[in-house]
Amino acid sequence: MSVAITIDEISKCYQLGLRAERYLTLRDSLISLAKAPFKRFAGLRGKGPAEGEFWALKNVSFEVQRGEVVALIGRNGAGKSTLLKILSRIVEPTEGSARMRGRVASLLEVGTGFHPELTGRENIYLNGAILGMHKAEIDRKFDEIVAFAETEKFLDTPVKRYSSGMYVRLAFAVAAHLEPEILIVDEVLSVGDAEFQKKCLGRIQQVAQGDGRTVLFVSHNMGAVRQLCDRAVYLRDGKLVSIGPSAEIVTEYLNSASETKEINLLSRPRFQGLAPAIAGFSCRPAEAGRHVASGAPVIFQIDLQVSEPIQNAAVTIMFNSDQGYRVLGISSRCEGELLTLEPGKQTITCRVDSLPLVSGRFNVDLEIFSAGRVADYIQHATAIDVEFGDYFGNGQTLLSFEGPILARSRWTFA
Amino acid sequence: MDLSATSSPVVMPAATPTEAEIPEFEIRPSRGWVAIDFRELFHYRDLLYFLVWRDVKVRYKQTVLGFAWAILQPVVNMVIFTTIFGGFAKFSDQVPEELRARHIPYSLFVYAGLLPWMLFSTGISAGGSSLANQQNLLTKVYFPRLFVPSAVIGAALVDTLISFGVFFFLMLCSGIIPPWTTVFMPLLLLFTVLATMGVAFTLAALTVTYRDFRFVLGFMVQCWMYLSPVAYPLVPKAAWKVWLLRLNPMFGIINGYRSALLGEHWDWPGLAISVIEVAAILFFGLFYFKKTERRFADIA
Repeated sequence: MSVAITIDEISKCYQLGLRAERYLTLRDSLISLAKAPFKRFAGLRGKGPAEGEFWALKNVSFEVQRGEVVALIGRNGAGKSTLLKILSRIVEPTEGSARMRGRVASLLEVGTGFHPELTGRENIYLNGAILGMHKAEIDRKFDEIVAFAETEKFLDTPVKRYSSGMYVRLAFAVAAHLEPEILIVDEVLSVGDAEFQKKCLGRIQQVAQGDGRTVLFVSHNMGAVRQLCDRAVYLRDGKLVSIGPSAEIVTEYLNSASETKEINLLSRPRFQGLAPAIAGFSCRPAEAGRHVASGAPVIFQIDLQVSEPIQNAAVTIMFNSDQGYRVLGISSRCEGELLTLEPGKQTITCRVDSLPLVSGRFNVDLEIFSAGRVADYIQHATAIDVEFGDYFGNGQTLLSFEGPILARSRWTFA
Repeated sequence: MDLSATSSPVVMPAATPTEAEIPEFEIRPSRGWVAIDFRELFHYRDLLYFLVWRDVKVRYKQTVLGFAWAILQPVVNMVIFTTIFGGFAKFSDQVPEELRARHIPYSLFVYAGLLPWMLFSTGISAGGSSLANQQNLLTKVYFPRLFVPSAVIGAALVDTLISFGVFFFLMLCSGIIPPWTTVFMPLLLLFTVLATMGVAFTLAALTVTYRDFRFVLGFMVQCWMYLSPVAYPLVPKAAWKVWLLRLNPMFGIINGYRSALLGEHWDWPGLAISVIEVAAILFFGLFYFKKTERRFADIA
């Protein structure tokens, strides 16, 4: 086996100001030009790193063998996408180097360069060319792409008239028919309907096992990572935490991810000037050695900082899928628990004995409802990653397209 | 072009490249001036074609007149300029003697100037803002960035070719046979494209970094037009003024078009200055573009 990707001490630094404003004006540049000599002087005197620097990646090194499927995992902001962008040559590393052996194709977004006014047929050619295919190559694979996307009937319709599902199917179909030696995929599988997701996962698997192609991809779907990948790379805050067999690394990641990570919610914007009452939220496994997983006992903790007393408060935790659908609500009201919240700090804990969610990422909304009105409401308070777990006690679970909620059931056949 | 799916899919044997064939490249921070990778540009040549094709195709979508706009724009410009500068301002008296002797109408004189000018002005204003307008492409996929402004210029060139057709049609309608010097036209056209590229590359790279140039662009194109002999002949009496005007690269180009298409005398010094300047702008544009290219995705 030979090495396909060598990543050597890669670092990427963003100037925070630059990143926030996104672009410069000439005036800024002239000012900083004028300031430059003074800055350099300060630098000589050893004032340390310039303020406002942000290292999205810091000294990341690893190797990927040819034919391997490797996943990058980590929380949002861990540097996964930055690394993929560097390897795709979209941005340059600030330091370090990487060596790629083979034709590289990267799929950071589905349908890059699609033009809404052009027809499906025209967009296949345009998108294919943008992804690095020659016209002859697209000609050859055209029928295959159309068949994969299942959009034959709409080939001569402008894509602006497509449903979002059709759009994504067509876009992925083009990308799926690239024949690179190295395929770099960002989390594009989270879009599109589930049936198609399955097809895409299948396609990636096929690409990888087919003939020694290398796949590097980012996913929040730990089930898919374990299923598809040989190895996984765990990144945290731009640094490489560990690399190894995917099952091991996924477990390590989930263990650390399960550690209670408090977030400050007091400063979040509220609807119509509601007085903030919810100060924090966290989620952890209720038993040591277990994860926030399907079927596992889980404890949700809501920290409050109440300024005015709230009578008969019902607290509700709502879960939204990646696609933005609300899939589950857990409310104290349903358990007959109406709480009286006194001014000051307090903590509410909620234990769910068997978490009925399938594995995946869910966005959490929090609400306190009292006396017929909303006392506090936070949309997208945080996201939780639910790990694969044995809800039914027999290793079975729902497939992603079958739905996000698990429930026990009994079947009789007459 | 033929996009019909007539070609049957050929089952290709899975490519199993041998060690020697595998392309290898290194990613590392670049410093200073970056060379242009012509092999890569060649590899992506189909993309340039598709980008031009997209721009041409999309430009007149959902317009009632469609491609007629490509004809209408220069013709309307010609009518306006001819009426104002030829009719009211009487610049038609200053048209060089050899053209008046051959009864070349002022409208053709204007149109010959509009041909390079419209290519140049559309090319630099659309090309200059092209990178900033297509951030989505810059941040999501790698391909030679030079193709973004180039494709816009390519699309403008398609319009120019249509305008040429209209020009020769009008010329023959006026009963004028194109002079033999018309054979130099392809060369002059290529030269105009290079000039447009040089300026557009520079402006595109500047606009993506400094959004100020979005505002500068329109203003600049307008001023530049008044300094160029587009709508009227610029023939000051004082020699030093002529030399000053020749410093504008478009001065030589526009006069060159009139020499080739209408048989006006050639302004060799003007053309020579133009060639030198365009070469300089093109080199600067290319290298400035390449130098800033690495930051496009970070700041776009």
